[in-house]
Amino acid sequence: MMKNCEYQQIDPRALSVSPSSAQNHTEKKVQRSRRKWEVFPGKNRFFCDGRIILARQSGVLPLTLGLIVVTCGLFFAFDCPFLVEHLTVFIPVIGGVLCVFVLISLLRTSFTDPGILPRATPDEAADIEKQIDTSGSSTYRPPPRTKEILINQQVVKLKYCFTCKMFRPPRTSHCSLCDNCVERFDHHCPWVGNCVGKRNYRFFYSFIISLSFLTSFIFGCVITHITLRSQEGKNLVQAIQESPASVVELVICFFSIWSIMGLSGFHTYLVASNLTTNEDIKGSWSSKRCAEDSGNPYSYNSIITNCCATLCGPMPPSLIDRRGFLSFDEAIPAASEMELPRFAAKNDAHMCTQSTKDVLERVVHSFDFHGLCPPGTPKTTPLGLEVSSMAAPSTEHSPSAGCSGQHALQPVAAPCPPFSRSSKRRDSLHSINPAFRLASPSPPLSRTTWILDDATNMGFISLP
Amino acid sequence: MAETHSLQDMRQQAAVAAKVFIQRDYTKGTVCQFQTKFPSELETRIDKQQFEETVQTLNNLYAEAEKLGSQSYVEGCLACLTAYTIFLCMETHYEKVLKKIAKYIQEQNDKIYAPRGLLLTDPIERGLRVIEVTIFEDRSLTR
Repeated sequence: MMKNCEYQQIDPRALSVSPSSAQNHTEKKVQRSRRKWEVFPGKNRFFCDGRIILARQSGVLPLTLGLIVVTCGLFFAFDCPFLVEHLTVFIPVIGGVLCVFVLISLLRTSFTDPGILPRATPDEAADIEKQIDTSGSSTYRPPPRTKEILINQQVVKLKYCFTCKMFRPPRTSHCSLCDNCVERFDHHCPWVGNCVGKRNYRFFYSFIISLSFLTSFIFGCVITHITLRSQEGKNLVQAIQESPASVVELVICFFSIWSIMGLSGFHTYLVASNLTTNEDIKGSWSSKRCAEDSGNPYSYNSIITNCCATLCGPMPPSLIDRRGFLSFDEAIPAASEMELPRFAAKNDAHMCTQSTKDVLERVVHSFDFHGLCPPGTPKTTPLGLEVSSMAAPSTEHSPSAGCSGQHALQPVAAPCPPFSRSSKRRDSLHSINPAFRLASPSPPLSRTTWILDDATNMGFISLP
Repeated sequence: MAETHSLQDMRQQAAVAAKVFIQRDYTKGTVCQFQTKFPSELETRIDKQQFEETVQTLNNLYAEAEKLGSQSYVEGCLACLTAYTIFLCMETHYEKVLKKIAKYIQEQNDKIYAPRGLLLTDPIERGLRVIEVTIFEDRSLTR
């Protein structure tokens, strides 16, 4: 009977290690395996099950898209026929290629993760806090927290990010609009509706360069069109009356050219000197020694190398793993929330946990770590469940602590979360978690109670 | 057999004594490198040289991933010409090296760290910020 109990005890726990492969149908009823994007703490929006990422406020991205599409549409509809007739068929071809390139670059810039840094795990944050307290460097001035490091023989200050709970790597900045730390943060562009950072800077640059070419091309073609028309024995006004769309295009292109070309020139300068807009605006390196580029510790001191490194360098991976499944420790709140009313069977569960402890102690003798990290689970952190089931003897005291912990977690673990939940609540979840995990073993307890309840027909309840 | 496997899972969840975080080393810039300084908490568990060798190998692998060489330039130019749509179908050099790194870490865990009651977590799971080393309680001592 006891043996039966032990086996039943182990079974659900082993199952719950990998929630994505939850074979237990009752578990499925309670919580489907969720992807990480659904609980992402930043202010981002996700589409296509996490494949596409956008800032919360898409800004004027629809306007940008609209302007480009409308201008190109008018160009192909009204100017191209005339120009094909009078000049060459390559005009719409070139226009088409440029237009497609611009749109793809724009969409890539908008929908790509700019280099968001995932927030520090609670353990990491605790470790950093410990280091800050013990180092004594900030005792005379508690906030703000900074750390000085040497990069290429130059002193650089790293700032502590209070939202993400870590020291920001160099060139990383926290975007308040997206509420994320972004690596090599350039700026938050409302026109593309996303931050521009390490991973999408090359897309952004190719977008503005190709857009400059496109606007100049359209501008030139429209001028040519109107000129040719007025040369055919008509005056300018008549020519314009015949093709009013051209005027619209002229106006749009005229204003765009100034701004886009200016922006392209500025970013070309930034690329050549391996700077970000953020650094340029803040003047991070300009006040240093006056020799060119020696102030910037990231520059390769060669324009070509700088350009190649920024634009043609290796494409870094996305660090936030949007489509990965939630590991067990993150999924705990959702599960435990369901188990609160079932604490009645707590006593029986306590007995079973006791026997579980015996089982574990036996395991110690055959201490064997093979299969510790089963292959194919890179996305799960099985160690996340740091609940020491060895704390079973203290179960009498802890449930209440665990219970209150769980109560606090309830508002956060809504089963159908809008993924744009506020970072504050997420932070509270993170800060509660360590206490929740360490203070009580009630997760295993409550899991077993849950299984107990649902398993009435398994002949399990007949325990002493 | 299923029972044994489950017990082992339990074992791995059972007793985490501490976690050590190996931070990034930024002296060479923003390239991904980790500090090779040997943390004092691991002194009783593993050989200093062994550990430093692991971290150094990881550093070398990351350096290979981020290397600015002809391969990365070709990849970059090709991507630019295809309006970056090529990234949708092709695995980048960086991703290939990341797979190598994951395999290496698993190997190291199986052969060297797990028998000593330690576990390395792949830095990519921590946003390439830290190498997390989990130290398990030495159950044989407590018994």
